[in-house]
Amino acid sequence: MRPFKYVRASDAAAAARAVAANPRAKFLGGGTNILDLMKEDVERPNELVDVTRLKLSEIKAASGGVSIGALAKNSDTANHPLIRRNYPLLTQAIVAGASGQLRNMATNGGNLLQRTRCQYFYDTAMPCNKREPGTGCGALEGLNRIHAIFGWSDKCVATYPGDMANALYALDAVVRVRGASGRERAIPVGEFHRLPGDTPQQDSNLAHGELITAIDLPKSNFAKNSYYLKVRDRASYAFALVSVAAALELERGRVKQARVVLGSVAHKPWRSLEAEAALVGGPASEESFRRAAEAALAGAKPLAHNGYKVELGKRAVVRALMRASRLA
Amino acid sequence: MARYIGKEMSRVDGVAKVTGRAKYAAEFRAPNLAYGFIVLGTMAKGRIREIDTREAERAPGVVRVFTHLNAPKLGPKASTEYAPPRNTREQDKSFRALQSDRIYFNMQPVALVVAETYEQARYAARLVRVSYDTERHTTDTEAVRGSARAPSQGSPPKPRGNPEAAMKAAPVRVEAEYRIPVEHHNSMEPHAAVAAWEGDKLTIFDKTQDVYGVRAHLATSFGVPEENVQVVSPYVGGAFGASLRPNYYPALTAMAARELKRPIKVVYTRTQMFTGHGYRPYTIQKIALGAEASGKLTAMIHQAVHNTSAFEEFNDNTTGFTRQVYACPNLLAPTMIVATDLPTPTWMRAPGAVSGMFALECAMDELAYALKIDPLELRLINYAETDPESGRPWSSKALRECYRLGAEKFGWKDRKFEPRSMRDGRLLVGWGTATGVWGAFQRPAIARITLRPDGTAHVTSATSDIGPGTYTVMTMIAAEYLGLEIERVKFELGDTKFPRAPAQGGSQTTSSVGSAVHGAALAVGAKLLTLANQDASSPLKGATASDVEMLDGRLRLKSDPSKSVSVAGVMRLNNLSEVTETFESRPSPERQKYATMAHGAQFVEVKVDPDIGHVRVTRAIEVTACGKIINPKASHSQEIGGVVWGIGMALQEATEIDHRYGRIMNPNLQHYHVPVNADVHEVETLFVEEDDKVVNPLGVKGMGELGMVGIPAAIANAVFHATGKRVRELPITPDKLL
Amino acid sequence: MSDEFDESSGPELTADEEALLKEMPTLTDVGQARRTFMGQTIAGGMGLFALMLLEKERALAALCTEPGAVFAAAPAVENPVRVALKINGATRTLELDSRMVLLDALRERLELTGTKKGCDQGQCGACTVLVDGRRVLSCLTLAATVEGKEVTTVEGLAKEDELHPVQAAFIKYDGFQCGYCTPGQICSAVGVLAEARRGDVSHVTEDVNASTTRLTDDEIRERMSGNICRCGAYPGIVAAIREVHSGRESARTWRFVEGEELARVRKEWEADETV
Repeated sequence: MRPFKYVRASDAAAAARAVAANPRAKFLGGGTNILDLMKEDVERPNELVDVTRLKLSEIKAASGGVSIGALAKNSDTANHPLIRRNYPLLTQAIVAGASGQLRNMATNGGNLLQRTRCQYFYDTAMPCNKREPGTGCGALEGLNRIHAIFGWSDKCVATYPGDMANALYALDAVVRVRGASGRERAIPVGEFHRLPGDTPQQDSNLAHGELITAIDLPKSNFAKNSYYLKVRDRASYAFALVSVAAALELERGRVKQARVVLGSVAHKPWRSLEAEAALVGGPASEESFRRAAEAALAGAKPLAHNGYKVELGKRAVVRALMRASRLA
Repeated sequence: MARYIGKEMSRVDGVAKVTGRAKYAAEFRAPNLAYGFIVLGTMAKGRIREIDTREAERAPGVVRVFTHLNAPKLGPKASTEYAPPRNTREQDKSFRALQSDRIYFNMQPVALVVAETYEQARYAARLVRVSYDTERHTTDTEAVRGSARAPSQGSPPKPRGNPEAAMKAAPVRVEAEYRIPVEHHNSMEPHAAVAAWEGDKLTIFDKTQDVYGVRAHLATSFGVPEENVQVVSPYVGGAFGASLRPNYYPALTAMAARELKRPIKVVYTRTQMFTGHGYRPYTIQKIALGAEASGKLTAMIHQAVHNTSAFEEFNDNTTGFTRQVYACPNLLAPTMIVATDLPTPTWMRAPGAVSGMFALECAMDELAYALKIDPLELRLINYAETDPESGRPWSSKALRECYRLGAEKFGWKDRKFEPRSMRDGRLLVGWGTATGVWGAFQRPAIARITLRPDGTAHVTSATSDIGPGTYTVMTMIAAEYLGLEIERVKFELGDTKFPRAPAQGGSQTTSSVGSAVHGAALAVGAKLLTLANQDASSPLKGATASDVEMLDGRLRLKSDPSKSVSVAGVMRLNNLSEVTETFESRPSPERQKYATMAHGAQFVEVKVDPDIGHVRVTRAIEVTACGKIINPKASHSQEIGGVVWGIGMALQEATEIDHRYGRIMNPNLQHYHVPVNADVHEVETLFVEEDDKVVNPLGVKGMGELGMVGIPAAIANAVFHATGKRVRELPITPDKLL
Repeated sequence: MSDEFDESSGPELTADEEALLKEMPTLTDVGQARRTFMGQTIAGGMGLFALMLLEKERALAALCTEPGAVFAAAPAVENPVRVALKINGATRTLELDSRMVLLDALRERLELTGTKKGCDQGQCGACTVLVDGRRVLSCLTLAATVEGKEVTTVEGLAKEDELHPVQAAFIKYDGFQCGYCTPGQICSAVGVLAEARRGDVSHVTEDVNASTTRLTDDEIRERMSGNICRCGAYPGIVAAIREVHSGRESARTWRFVEGEELARVRKEWEADETV
């Protein structure tokens, strides 16, 4: 870990200014990802601005929905009555991730910003365009069992590994950020993360020095019929091979509105508009879900070792929809 | 009636462990301690061309950067108990750090940065720049399996009967190939040492299963007499074989401490553990079984190939137990090795046995299905009444009882034979079984007991307690045979100032060290008897040592307990402040007339989610016949551990190597999966005790490995039963079941 | 205990051990309570182990600086941070390297080595401690960030001579073997019990909207899954937490097969074989 200056921020404006002023400065939230990566010499900030004591951890009802503070802990968010009642999908997604200890530490803003778990990204001796642009992608023709089947480029095949963001996307959440100048903007979760293209070093569309202040959830009609499914190599405390955030609004057995977001299949949470289109207007039935699953995975482009994700993805979509619609 | 032996006993080191007082190697303090951080290389084979340490040396807090250019050359390595080839005087060829510019494997240590603090050392380690001349490497065992050869040590085992011809003639044959990836021990405690010199005397706190082995290794490395080296290892946070041999870090740590004249601490990072010791080798096994329609085996051909390093031979004797499990007149079972540019493999829990039995016991299941015979029945049909290899009788063998009792307890009779025939809702249910085997080994060991007139005893032997409960079991044995209450016995281990004991490996500690403690306790009694009988009025007059026993401070006649003397009184009369006896136990020659093995039957239930391929082991029963059980509580924990390890091996564990770079790509616990709590359900153990007077005076056989041996096969067989899919390549991850 | 022996007051401490016991407060930085606790435990007979270790360590502690010992030319710590750490009720103010995580501060600076380093990457749970009553990983917590917060480590759980119920239950159910993950497991379990009392949900909670404070075995397993035990003591850990949580004693899951049962089985197969 390289030497860095530790600064405890007193307010959001000062924090954003401090980071904006130093291209090598970073915000410090729960630290669960950045400290690990700093120990591995993957992240090399020379200044950490600790934002955890800022008053940005409130979870409150706001304009029909709920606003979640960026610095609220994952566990507090998942267990908040407003979330459990109105957005059980989000609760399920959060508690599917990491461990109890990590969820007690991780902030919601930090969770959105967690970086890939690609082995080549983690190992500074290996080529990785995300870590060191121009060095190549070790996984493209290497070990890529856990990598992307959608939206990858020959520069990067890494996935976004998180769970929470998949649910947020399905719930039409909006990320509120504040820049150094005090300018605030709102980024829909679906536009928050990027596809790798030629610049995989950029995970998100956040500018340097922009601080996530809150995540807004609009009023949702999905509370009754949603489900977060996570498939992994062991029963708990592992990243997903494939995950699915499924949300349905049902009316007399027919799908009025649907969300299908797959996780760990792309560089960002992967929403399938094709699957949703296949669902809307149709019956909530296994047959219809199978068609949606086919549509969801139709465009997949697997790599040498992750072809299984296509079939697994289909099955996971069906299963998640079955659970969401309470048919299983 | 035994007071302690065979009774459940909580661990005597329990309070120390649950309060955080138990100290592991890295936790010992020393004044002026400096921290060493290892720098790993980044290519698999060749030479270091240039190594630039200038920037690292300039970094704050750095004391020195050691590389092959400035590190002193170490002396020849002593052959330790676990240095292959075993039992020879040949020099140990194990890897040692910073001794030349030669690179043998990727992630090989190329420098040690020593700094005043851990943070400073870790940072400066990133500043060391190395360039290499690379050579073509091979890390893929599959690619080189064609050049596999017999290990150079020992002669290859002879075929039994005429296996080829018998195979051809067999009415029913199955043939299959099985694969086990490289696996790593991943004990929770990272390997660590704290070393301090005083002149030519070295004290080192090390995580090891073999303090005497490390002592010999360091003495010859530094050219000092063995007595000058004290190795201390009171607690070991799991090892599973990874600390049987002296790894490279103790010498590296001691070297830095000697050069800098101050105590040094070196702790492996989790990543460094993946090349800082050995691993279970990559193993390919081809098995053919031939049988009559009745199920009787007529031919077995079991050929294993596993990798070793390019600089050293390692052979886990994968097929060793195949020769002794089933009665079969025609057999061929060689284990071959092939060199790769990886570190040398080593023993990892149930080494060889669990690999070999995975293949054999899966193949037996395949044969059962080919024959349409119940898999358990097939094993009973081929039950070996005597050792098929030597023809000798078993010293004891209650395996048949294990099969029957396990089947009964598990409810095996309700098993439907056809795959995919049992369900729990939408989950597929599978039941599988396999046989477990392990040797009943014993090695020479020495224990010392000091009994004081206040009724306390101090017992020592330089064994180790990596988790099986050695502290507790030795305390129990001493308390039993000294006739003391257990609170009055203090047992110490893990220090070369104590009498020599073998490395804690191979499930032989209780048989070896326990026999020594037992012998030392009897020797104390014998000594007291001699002293007592110097008194003409002794009520024990005429008694020999075997006629007496001690209980609650009295030495008494077994046949007539009313005849006794006070132990304290005898000591007082003889002006003794203590009685000390040292006893060396050795395997009895009687053992040569018998085959001595531990056995078990293992039953598991899996539930498989057919949609997403997730397997859960929902039930596991271990039925164990391994002689006498000293502490059933800790023994049960060993069995549970065996099941959990079996789950890991069957379903999760694999060290992934990118062969383009010859580099391990998952050297951490996020990518290398081991079972978590949610992966494990109830594990039940039935102990079928064997009364075995041959193996050793306590009648104990090893059990630390036994509980794991059959589990991966039982799980794979259960997965087949649940899904109809025969997965022959471990681990059985969800993608393989879609 | 029989009165045959000269003394019956429990195991005798050697002069060395007595001396070491007296020295303990100077060897450890935090808390006066521990001395009492240790003393009591020794009287209980099982605490000798800690003393043996002190004895071994003392040999090292007495080492003098060797002539010619090499020190860094520029030892200064960059970016020092002054932090008041409140650990197990006692506050210590330290000047730390900004890079120091809580785990290393405990182990390397405060001599509280009960908290274990297993992976240093948030992937094993061995370093779990309680910060303001919540379980967190000390390996991914910068020491500087806990200023003003209450840290409880495994050393702070026992009250005087009394083990915390979770500690006692771990011994009772053999919820450990090598003991290395144990402090983290125990701190995590204490955290889990508090979370359950609050009605927190988990990945295996069927309906996250329904509130319950009852932990099923599956709930315990899932919630404890952030603590890896390579010895595989999970069933014992679950049994220990189950008992503390519910007061229910868990049945043994092992037994000896003896006498009649064994004879019956042997008889049955003899009968089988004659058929």
